[in-house]
Amino acid sequence: MSFLELKNITKIYPNGTKAVDETSLNVEDGEFVVFVGPSGCGKSTLLRMIAGLEDITSGEISLDGKVINNIDPSERDVAMVFQNYALYPHMSVYNNMAYGLKNRGISKEDITTKVNDAAELLEIDQLLSRKPSMLSGGQRQRVAMGRAIVRNPKIFLFDEPLSNLDAKLRNQMRLEIKKLQRQMDVTSVFVTHDQTEAMTLGDRIVVINNGIVEQVGTPKDIYSKPNTKFVAEFIGSPQMNLFNCKIENGNAKIGDVHINLENSINIQDASIGVRPDDIQVNQNGKFETKANLVEYLGSDMIIYSSIGNQDFSCKLSSKIDVKAGDNFKFDILSPSVHIFDNTTNKRV
Amino acid sequence: MKFKPTEILTHVILILGVLLMVLPIWFSFATSTHDNIEIMTGGMKFFLGENFSQNYNEVLNEKGGWSEEVTAASMFINSFIMAFGIATLKVVISAMSAYALVYFRFKLAVPIFWLIFITLLVPLEVRIFPSYKIVSDLGLTNTYTGLILPLVASATATFFFRQYYKTIPDELLESAKLDGANSWRFFIDFLLPLSKTMLAAMFIFMFVYGYSQYLWPLIMTTDEKYWTVVMGMKIIFTENYEGVALPRTGERFAYVILSMLPPVLVVVILQRWFIKGLIQTEK
Repeated sequence: MSFLELKNITKIYPNGTKAVDETSLNVEDGEFVVFVGPSGCGKSTLLRMIAGLEDITSGEISLDGKVINNIDPSERDVAMVFQNYALYPHMSVYNNMAYGLKNRGISKEDITTKVNDAAELLEIDQLLSRKPSMLSGGQRQRVAMGRAIVRNPKIFLFDEPLSNLDAKLRNQMRLEIKKLQRQMDVTSVFVTHDQTEAMTLGDRIVVINNGIVEQVGTPKDIYSKPNTKFVAEFIGSPQMNLFNCKIENGNAKIGDVHINLENSINIQDASIGVRPDDIQVNQNGKFETKANLVEYLGSDMIIYSSIGNQDFSCKLSSKIDVKAGDNFKFDILSPSVHIFDNTTNKRV
Repeated sequence: MKFKPTEILTHVILILGVLLMVLPIWFSFATSTHDNIEIMTGGMKFFLGENFSQNYNEVLNEKGGWSEEVTAASMFINSFIMAFGIATLKVVISAMSAYALVYFRFKLAVPIFWLIFITLLVPLEVRIFPSYKIVSDLGLTNTYTGLILPLVASATATFFFRQYYKTIPDELLESAKLDGANSWRFFIDFLLPLSKTMLAAMFIFMFVYGYSQYLWPLIMTTDEKYWTVVMGMKIIFTENYEGVALPRTGERFAYVILSMLPPVLVVVILQRWFIKGLIQTEK
């Protein structure tokens, strides 16, 4: 039995919107799982159902061997970090962290020790007497984390906690969250719409779209073997190129060029997926086309172009000299190709 | 420092405004320190006189009324009890009903809110007979309860608290829930401290409202022991003095000045939060 188990969880809002549809998932003890998906896909709803802030329409959630469907949020022993941190504005940092402990009837001395330990861990021990309004964004984030840590909960829930920070701070906090989670070895569920965060943080990633789990797997699995067209496009930056084509006997035709696939299959309406960095630009390439736009990123550059009437992008080392308007040649190699059936949107 | 003509003009207007506000009070105060004969012959005074302690002493301690037992001091106490009771209960009840309306999403919350809100259209003066009937049937005439109770429901304060609570982000409640706060604790530990500026502002408004009630205490009280300051203003020191039909204008002005003090004190004590409550919130 897994530490956190979701069984056929469905959430239908009173207005009839189905936010989460028959979702099942197992999370092991100490695991860091990331829910990722576009806005409104139901990932936050799912997290809030685990926390107990949202009713479950049908299905069953169990935590540490106990069904928690009807248990009050305060008794589930979960801690949550909110997107806007939800710090208590009228309380000092110390009291923000101590409040949950006080409500649990823990003795004053224990509270002081726990809060001080957590504050030290997060390097906010200098700020304990301040009010949240006197803190910077990064410090507030730490306090929000601290409030979760002191409780020593069974599970951490993060609801897009990094999206209010600037890019530099976000990277820094991302590393710290990961480090902290490793150090404390607490099962964590992290919700984000940012695929980079998902890839870097998660032991496993759950890709969600329209209330349905599209794929569950390690970051490597999901990147190298996306199950559906949605996952293929959502994970990876810049996003995967999908070329519509017809496959006959393992022979796909993109523009005027044929690619021989490894297995001989026939699909009337297929998509060939190629990651931008799997497109091999070289002098002898079979494809030739014009670069419409070139984005220079320092070590890399991205070329936006099209074959036939299908747009695509490719990422290559900026040492290669291609300018906007230049013609260039490239190859798409069969091992790096992902094949999807357009009727089911699934991987073949 | 040189002033521009427009600046001088604004200052003149402001100074005139200040004088308009302050002068009547100053005249009342100055007049209250004079002998009654002087006032009778010379009219309102601008400069201070010599009868300050005598006049104020008489106001506070002279026994009057039919029973010859009521002093102005006892009226002040009555008014204070009434105003304090009304203000406290109004604030507590409004804060709690707003909490119920905003956070407990029961079915009829919106109609109930509007029902509360339209009571603004039916002030006490309009419903004074039914109110009197109820209070008198309950046997509450000539009691503090009777003075206070019919005035404690407040649509205005409920409305202000409701609007304020609506601006508090939901995550705060959710976070508090996860931290083990039940609905009572959330009210005490979060809403009250967060709205303390609002509480102070409402308390001041409601105190002044209660303090300046005239009609209700007038019909509610037949016993002089329960008379309030504002009622007293009409009736005090109207009798002749030492057999001579000389109006006791000095004492009456002294009484007016004294009657202003309790609300002024409340404002002075609470104004720090009051001003904050009007211009900012602690979020």
